[in-house]
Amino acid sequence: MPTRSLIKKNKYIDSVSLMAISTKAAALDGVVNAVAAMATPMNKDVLTNQGLMTDDIAEATPGDLVLIVVTNGDEAGADAAMNALIGLLDRKPTGQASEIVHHTIAAAAAARPDANIAVISVNGQYAAHEAGKALDAGLNVMLFSDNVPLADEIALKRRAHDAGLMMMGPDCGTAIIGGISLCFANKVRRGRIGIVAASGTGAQEMSVRIHDFGAGVSELIGTGGRDLSAEVGAIMMLDGIAALDTDPGTDVITVISKPPAAAVAEKVLDRLAASEKPAVACFLGAGPELMKAAEVRGVQLFNRTKPAALAAVIAGGAREADLDLHEINRPLIEEVRAKLAPEQRYIRGLFCGGTLCDEAMFLALEKFGDVYSNIQKDPAKRLKGSDPSRAHTFLDFGDDEFTNGKPHPMIDPSNRIERFNAESADPEVGVIVMDFVLGYGSNPDPVGVMLPAIIEAKGAAAKTGRHLEVLGYVLGTDRDEQGFEEQVKKLTDAGVTWASSSTNTGILAREFVSEGEDA
Amino acid sequence: MSTVVGLFNQQLSAINVGAEMFADDIRAQGATVTHVDWAPPGGGRPDVIAALTALSRSDLAAKIADANAEAVERIITSQPVLVGYAPAIDVVPGMTRKTILHAGPPIEFKDMAGTMVGAVTGALVLEGLADNVDEAYDLAASGEITFSPCHEHQTVGSMAGVTSASMFMHVVENRPYGNVAYTNLSEQLAKILRMGANDQSVIDRLKWMRDVFGPILRDAMISAKEIDLRMMLAQALQMGDEAHNRNNAGTTLLIQALAPHILDSAFSTKDKQDVFNFVASSDYFSGPTWMACAKAAVDSAHDIDYSTVVTTMCRNGVEFGIRVSGLGQHRWFTGPAQYIEGPLFPGFTKEDRGRDIGDSAITETYGIGGFAMACAPAIVPLVGGTVEEAIDYSRQMLEITTTTNPNLTIPILAFRGTATGIDIRKVEETGILPLINTAIAHKDAGIGMIGAGLTHPPIEAFHAATLAFAAKYC
Repeated sequence: MPTRSLIKKNKYIDSVSLMAISTKAAALDGVVNAVAAMATPMNKDVLTNQGLMTDDIAEATPGDLVLIVVTNGDEAGADAAMNALIGLLDRKPTGQASEIVHHTIAAAAAARPDANIAVISVNGQYAAHEAGKALDAGLNVMLFSDNVPLADEIALKRRAHDAGLMMMGPDCGTAIIGGISLCFANKVRRGRIGIVAASGTGAQEMSVRIHDFGAGVSELIGTGGRDLSAEVGAIMMLDGIAALDTDPGTDVITVISKPPAAAVAEKVLDRLAASEKPAVACFLGAGPELMKAAEVRGVQLFNRTKPAALAAVIAGGAREADLDLHEINRPLIEEVRAKLAPEQRYIRGLFCGGTLCDEAMFLALEKFGDVYSNIQKDPAKRLKGSDPSRAHTFLDFGDDEFTNGKPHPMIDPSNRIERFNAESADPEVGVIVMDFVLGYGSNPDPVGVMLPAIIEAKGAAAKTGRHLEVLGYVLGTDRDEQGFEEQVKKLTDAGVTWASSSTNTGILAREFVSEGEDA
Repeated sequence: MSTVVGLFNQQLSAINVGAEMFADDIRAQGATVTHVDWAPPGGGRPDVIAALTALSRSDLAAKIADANAEAVERIITSQPVLVGYAPAIDVVPGMTRKTILHAGPPIEFKDMAGTMVGAVTGALVLEGLADNVDEAYDLAASGEITFSPCHEHQTVGSMAGVTSASMFMHVVENRPYGNVAYTNLSEQLAKILRMGANDQSVIDRLKWMRDVFGPILRDAMISAKEIDLRMMLAQALQMGDEAHNRNNAGTTLLIQALAPHILDSAFSTKDKQDVFNFVASSDYFSGPTWMACAKAAVDSAHDIDYSTVVTTMCRNGVEFGIRVSGLGQHRWFTGPAQYIEGPLFPGFTKEDRGRDIGDSAITETYGIGGFAMACAPAIVPLVGGTVEEAIDYSRQMLEITTTTNPNLTIPILAFRGTATGIDIRKVEETGILPLINTAIAHKDAGIGMIGAGLTHPPIEAFHAATLAFAAKYC
């Protein structure tokens, strides 16, 4: 097959843009495979595995751009495809022509004395250096990048703490500061509940539930997933709580995290207890000891998101009686149970959002022992992404294993579609659970990209007389650009059961495939 | 500087680095955002990034900032004055009858590019050390001749930079600091020794320069006493020169200053007419003068502990070498000399090009030449490109320098000073390489100049310097 490769020396394009370019190039006529990637050691390994390595590429440095097209036509067609790929590299002009382009954070900060935050999403190996430059320039930092060494995270957070600056992240996907949503965040009402979140989709879920209950968010501070580890010791979460404590715009302080290290959890609870403001904590999957620790300190602690959001809204002055609580729909549970054959016993959760996956899994674990996942803590129950599902299986497609070299599933649905097709053919599957995340940064039509596969699978199951139950949760608000109502309607029109929150999603899924009334 | 709670009370104003869609989303919400056109620092090399991070440690960064402030203060306040012309053997430190100085970092004769070989052999014939270039080649290869970089002798040399004992040199004193710089005389264009040509016409011209042109200039300067080069350079920049490849204004100003004293000299009218005609034959006459001026200024900033300011950029046709103020007197950091992109004279092709050569990048090191392209829109046709690009180059160089020089200003940029004091850290952080605006010599000996254009140093030289700096000071 005619193949062309080209190295552009010292030409840098960020990986998100490169993946978009590769995807567009692969869709060109006659193109079998297209690569646009920086010549990093990792990408070189990928090229070697694909049989695309050349001597020139082997000698290229991480600052060099590699372009490859593999085509199925003639030699002229291969040249044309390479030219088309080069054409895709041309960036749209940004802003006015006279706008001065800056090449470093330091230069941009010097030219923009009003700047107060740096949003950094470069490749992980460069991220700590850039974050340090931003702190040098007196900027708060939101560090979206992941794969940053733990020692760098600790050093950056200590420096930021000493300088009175915020160091959100690494691996911080969501923040809302001064009413402006950063990276993967939803459009929610401005209000008086402050959130400090150690998980991205956890932050999105809390802010969306608060909005849905009619209240609003003052500030949403992300900390990155490792902040509550014993090593980092919640430096950012404690600073975040302190900031909300003194913020006149915040009446209620809320924190959310996956289960933290015990000693760290106590530090966070102590800090919340010390605040004059009402505080609500949500540690997903928190056990009785942790619940006790919170109770002793007089801090409201929940292990599910929805009751935590509700408690925060009530602490902010809402009356429970006035709220639509979206109670569990029990007749619906009976209806679904009646449709399932006896062998259709298992949940298969296919999630974009890590916290949504976690919450559904923890809820399943309350009832079942045979729960497998690629994010299971118990090594005996841990699956690799490529392993076939076993019993109840929950997969987080946002985990490194799936995202290495590929965009996040909130942008690119291809991994999940492939897995969905496999699960939908499994006669033991009782319900397939999926989340659809709206908001800034996400796919412009997350339900739409999944819909053809759902419709086809449901049709195929119907032909064999089998009911294929699909449970969908749309994480978003009526203000998100994707159109919340429209996304939900697309699901329900296709016969998908709609869940109104992350917590309800987990409860419904486990109840569909169990017996009794233990919701 | 904003604090956390301060941030809540201000309008969010962001700087975005990485995925551009995050900037688009922030902008769509009505907040201000600047998207940085980012590339991995240090060319993506982990060792260089680690060195840069180490150098950004606050106590060290403060020492570097102080040292660099001292370095650029010296460059800016330098006052290079032309005080005379004299044979190299009489003035250049370390010069002997059998020494040949050359452009760029150190190189052995066997490794020299064709252009430089042509110039070396021609110079040996001029000096009477060989009867013809073939004999000269054998002599050069014999080990009897001492080869040394101009830069290690307070000297700079255009193109091949070949400087031998009898050649007349500019003598430029840097008044406030007392250091002196030297460079030889322009042979004008285009089939000339510095470009690698060495036939009889070239040797004859050099002999005339030694016997008539040099002595007339020497006598003229004895009469004139001194010419303030910095002031004249500032004027030339405002008249449309960038003082590396375009010297129309500077040459006119210089010969105007010399003319009454030339007329006053004891030579024949014919000799004086020959001098004026020779100067008029190419506007490059003052090119070497600005090189010596730049060398005098930048040398005063060399050897300051903790300074990351580049004090030398030069090429020998094979390697590009830089020196850094805080890394010692004779420490070179090199990478491969690049090819120059630009229009070629008719009849020549890209295959004919020699690699980048010459000490003339001392002008960019000082902040003129490619750094002052915005002064010289008229040069654009010579080196290729557009006027907008020329202006952008001068803006962009600010991103890799320490400050601007208020004594050398750019009218079209609202009389902003030229970008001054290249900082190796900024080059590594931005990935922006210094822009050099230079001539293209033929790759083979004996042919000469074939075009002009733009080029830049190899990033490898900056990587090596950055690693050495971190090793010395961290």
